[in-house]
Amino acid sequence: MTSAFMSILKRDLTLAFRQGGGIGTAIGFFLTVVVLLPLGLGPDQNLLSRIAPGALWIALLLSVLLSADKLWQADYDDGSLEVMALSDTPLEVTALAKASVHWLTSGLPLAIAAPLLGFLLNLDTALVLPLMTAMVTGSLALSLLASLGAAITVGLRQGGLLVSLLILPLYVPVMIFGVLSTSGFQTSIDNSGTSLLILAAIVLVALVVSPFASAAALRSYLR
Amino acid sequence: MSSIERFANPTRFLKLQAAVQPWVWAITIALFAIGLYLGLVRSPTDYQQGETVRIMYVHVPAAWSALMVYSVMALASIVAIVFRHPLADVAARAAAPIGACFCFLSLATGSLWGKPMWGTWWVWDARLTSMFVLFLLYLGYMAVWQAIDDPRRAARVAAIVAIVGFINVPIVKFSVDWWYSLHQPASVFRMGGPTIHKDLLMPLLVMGLAYTFLFLALHLKSMRTEIGARRIRQAELAQTGAIR
Repeated sequence: MTSAFMSILKRDLTLAFRQGGGIGTAIGFFLTVVVLLPLGLGPDQNLLSRIAPGALWIALLLSVLLSADKLWQADYDDGSLEVMALSDTPLEVTALAKASVHWLTSGLPLAIAAPLLGFLLNLDTALVLPLMTAMVTGSLALSLLASLGAAITVGLRQGGLLVSLLILPLYVPVMIFGVLSTSGFQTSIDNSGTSLLILAAIVLVALVVSPFASAAALRSYLR
Repeated sequence: MSSIERFANPTRFLKLQAAVQPWVWAITIALFAIGLYLGLVRSPTDYQQGETVRIMYVHVPAAWSALMVYSVMALASIVAIVFRHPLADVAARAAAPIGACFCFLSLATGSLWGKPMWGTWWVWDARLTSMFVLFLLYLGYMAVWQAIDDPRRAARVAAIVAIVGFINVPIVKFSVDWWYSLHQPASVFRMGGPTIHKDLLMPLLVMGLAYTFLFLALHLKSMRTEIGARRIRQAELAQTGAIR
C-alpha cells in the first residue's frame, strides 16, 4: 500500500513538473489577486497593513481552489482512474496520494510565497513567520478539501463553479482560525496559539474525511 | 421483513402518506394557531426588548428546524449510502429546499430583530456565520442535484455532500458556547434546565412543535411529488425506448 502511495505520488509529481504551468499559474493568479486589492481599496498603507493577513488568506483559498478544479479530470478522461479503482490499492489511498501531490505542488508553494507577497500589502514583518506557519498548516486542509470538491464534480462539464459553492463554505473555519492565529499578535488578547492548534485539528479531521469521501464520490462516477 | 423495510417501499409509503397527510396538516394548523396566539397575544413583553421579543417565536423555532432538517437530510443520506434505499434519496432530496427556507427565515428574522436590538442588521460572529454557512451548504446540496443528470449518480454524490456538510451542524449548535459571541448562549436546551421564564418558554415550545409538524407535512407532500416526478420520468424513458 505504501509503495502504491509512493508510486502515485512520484508519477503525479513528475507529471506536474514536466507539464509545467500548474504551479506558476497558481502563483501568478495569487499575485494578481494581491495586486487587485490595493487598486480596489486605495493605497492607504495603514488599511492595507490591517487587512493584509485576511486578504492573503482569501487569495490563498481562491488559488488553491482554482488549481484543484482539474485534480482528477485528466485521470478520469483517459481512463487511468478506472485502472486505479480496479487495482488492489484502495481508492482511498489513491485519493490521499492525489491530495498530497496537490498540496506539494500548489498548497505548499503558495503558502511559502504568500507571506513574502504580503510585502505588497504592507504586511507587518513580525507577522511573516506566524502567517507562514499557519498557511503551511492550513493549506494541507485546503488541498484535502479541494481534492474532495474536485472528486465530487469530476464527471461534470460545468464543475468549476459548483466546486466553489460546495467547498468554500467548508473553507470558512480554516480561514477563520488561520487569520486568528496570525492576527492574535495584533490584538490585546493573544489566542494565536490556541487558534493554531484548532487549525491543526481541522487538518486532522480533513485528513480522515477527505480520502473516504473523495473515494466514495469517484466510485459513483465510475460505475 | 422489519417494519422499516415495510414502509420504505414507495407504494406503501404513498398509501401511508395519503392517510396521514390531512391529520398532519390539521395538527400543524392547530399548533400554529395556539403557538401564535400564545406568542403574539398572551405572552408578556420583555422589559428591555419590548414588543420585538415576539420575533423570537418565529426566529428560534426556524433555527431549530433548519438544524433538524439538515440532520434528517444527513441521516437519510447515510441510510441511502449504506442500504441503497431509493426512498432515502427521495427523503433527503425533498428535505433540502424546506430546510433552506427555514434557514433563510431564521437569518432574515434574526436580522430584523438585530436592527433595533444590536443596532445592526448583521454581525459576523460565530453563530450567525455558521448559520450562514449552513444556508450555503443547503444551496450546494441542491446545486448537486441540479448539476448531475443521472439521478442515481446525483443521489450518491449529493449524499456524500450532505454527510460531509453535517460537520457544520454541531458547530452551529455549540458556536455560542465555544466562542464569545454577540448572540445569546443556549437558554432552552442546555445542561441544568432552561434559563428562560416559563411565560416565554411555553409559546416557544409550542411554536417549535408547530414548526416540526410543518416540516413533516411539507416533507411528506414533497416526497410524494418527488416519487411522482420519478415515475413520470421512468414512464417517459420507457416510452422512448431508452429503457425496458
